[in-house]
Amino acid sequence: MSAPDHTSTTDLTTQPSTLASELFAPGVGAQAGPPTTPAADTGSAGEAVPGAHSHGGPTPTGSPAERFTSTDPDAFGVPTGREETWRFTPMKRMRALLDGAPSDAHLAWTTDLPEGVELTSVEADDPLLKGLPEPVDRLAALTRARSGGAAVVRVPQEAQLDRPVTLALAGNDDDAVVWGQLVIEVGAFATATIVLDHTGLAKYSGGVSVLVGDSAQVKLVSVQDWAPGTVHGGQYDAVVGRDATFQQVVVTLGGDLVRLVSNVQYAGPGGSAELFGVYFADETQHQEHRLWVDHAVPNCTSNVLYKGALQGEEARTVWIGDVRIRPAATGTETYELNRNLVLTDGARADSVPNLEIETGEIVGAGHASATGRFDDEQLFYLCSRGIDAETARRLVVRGFFADVVQHIGIDSLQDRLMGTIEARLGALPGLEEQEVPA
Amino acid sequence: MSVLEIRDLHVSVGEGDDAKEILRGVDLTVRSGETHAIMGPNGSGKSTLAYSIAGHPKYTITGGTVTLDGEDVLAMAVDERARAGLFLAMQYPVEVPGVSVSNFLRTAATALKGEAPKLRTWVKDVKTEMAGLEMDPAFAERNVNEGFSGGEKKRHEILQMRLLKPKMAILDETDSGLDVDALRIVSEGVNRTREEGDVGVLLITHYTRILRYIKPDFVHVFVAGRVVDEGGPELAAKLEDEGYAAYIKDSNEQASAEKAAEVVQA
Repeated sequence: MSAPDHTSTTDLTTQPSTLASELFAPGVGAQAGPPTTPAADTGSAGEAVPGAHSHGGPTPTGSPAERFTSTDPDAFGVPTGREETWRFTPMKRMRALLDGAPSDAHLAWTTDLPEGVELTSVEADDPLLKGLPEPVDRLAALTRARSGGAAVVRVPQEAQLDRPVTLALAGNDDDAVVWGQLVIEVGAFATATIVLDHTGLAKYSGGVSVLVGDSAQVKLVSVQDWAPGTVHGGQYDAVVGRDATFQQVVVTLGGDLVRLVSNVQYAGPGGSAELFGVYFADETQHQEHRLWVDHAVPNCTSNVLYKGALQGEEARTVWIGDVRIRPAATGTETYELNRNLVLTDGARADSVPNLEIETGEIVGAGHASATGRFDDEQLFYLCSRGIDAETARRLVVRGFFADVVQHIGIDSLQDRLMGTIEARLGALPGLEEQEVPA
Repeated sequence: MSVLEIRDLHVSVGEGDDAKEILRGVDLTVRSGETHAIMGPNGSGKSTLAYSIAGHPKYTITGGTVTLDGEDVLAMAVDERARAGLFLAMQYPVEVPGVSVSNFLRTAATALKGEAPKLRTWVKDVKTEMAGLEMDPAFAERNVNEGFSGGEKKRHEILQMRLLKPKMAILDETDSGLDVDALRIVSEGVNRTREEGDVGVLLITHYTRILRYIKPDFVHVFVAGRVVDEGGPELAAKLEDEGYAAYIKDSNEQASAEKAAEVVQA
């Protein structure tokens, strides 16, 4: 598959005629490796990597150079589905949230707060909320306006938590839309893992803002293990402090429609962000993950790895990976990778990486995207050892997911999620006793 | 006692007008307890022979037969061939992200035996074999072939052969890219298998170097998709001294003669 430019990226869907092994070869897809010689600071995207495909230029790119943000829902207008940010979304199903009335409905919260962690709430006029990154679309703005304040998790500076902060958020099958805003504030030099574990049946639109203090190390895990029928929309923002590390692991398995927008910005130089994601869409499920990493200060890194699998009629996934390197962001190192495994006919994966480079003084910038069937070579290798094709297939898919899930770093949660994934793949014979200590 | 018989095997790659014949009538018989070396220059079709026997979908069999103890190998799926007792140590083993070596080995052993091996003896077997190939125990927890060095990949292939105990083992350029230490370790692994059981070995190689460690009973010279000369170990010595030049020259002359004949016929 050739490197897609912005006009062809929407066609990065399943193409059975393409040998999957080609798609999965290292570096295949839309890849722009680190430029061997930094180009002059042309200010024009695309010229920084000679020989690679265009990363912008005069053609419409799908990522406007400046993203419009506002806290006023009406500033966005009512989306029709033709807008760039909504064009992949099934609007009829999205209306469940977009047309939702203000409500007092809540998810049921079950929390596990390690010592030192504070859970409070603030009113809508609290200055904390004014300082958050602004909503990027109408749904996010509605959410901000209707959540009536925010729940706030505070991890004090220099805190070293002995276990993850867990917020289990369960839907109650309310008719009303649940509007929620969560702020996670982690102080300087603190280390914290926060798990948002979404289950149950809900119509939920939730904003999550993570403020990562200088030199703090924060991992945010968001699990979408919703019951069928759930509609979940959300905007996740991370503001990464100087020399801080932010990791996000998004696992989307359940629900009818899940559409998450994850944004990263850096408040100071030396920040690092890693965005991991895994999604598994079955019949009629729509799972959409839109990422935006905005490099505007020097010497920050970002790494994106999203993997998805699809099976069944009208299983649909969308992955949009926007990375912008602004002129001031010298010394940036960024890479993003999206892989989609299409397990059956009738499923469709869209994958659109966008990289805009406005300075040549960077360490490296690249992206890759591949959508395909099984890797024939992996299958052949496993089968040549006597493993039947169906078991081999499951091993490969399990491995495909485990590769990302292992970044969560919490054994019990990883086991639960892999269990859910395996159940959906069908039971793997004899795998439960496969532990072989070295 | 097992016999692998290859008769007049013709194999091509590509489809339609792009189809290219790689194997042009291969005859070969390997019995348990024998080690056969197949030697030939690059591009002669040695690896095609290995992958065709194992059943790689890239290759199309256009003629001939392959049987193992009388059973039609070509009619079997890839996994059935393995369960029938065939094993291919690959030249370029494939990475399988997210699947650990220990999980992979035990799944393969389970598939071959039809039941999961007893955990205690299995763990001991794996440990023993890994030690024999001088592999770090931590290796078992790594993902299959992911980030392995060339030598590690080849040791991992031989580890599989040791544990899965095939009737016929095809080793495709197992010596390529190995330093002397790794070559010795890998060769000792193969020799142990030969000494312990009735396995037949088909050793495919470009160089004679590995034959100093693994003694072949038979040597076949492979040029342009067929066996052009056969003999005992002394043939390997001759190849070491003289190389393939004479065979390639013969083959080229034959090819041009065939082409001329075709032109005349046309």
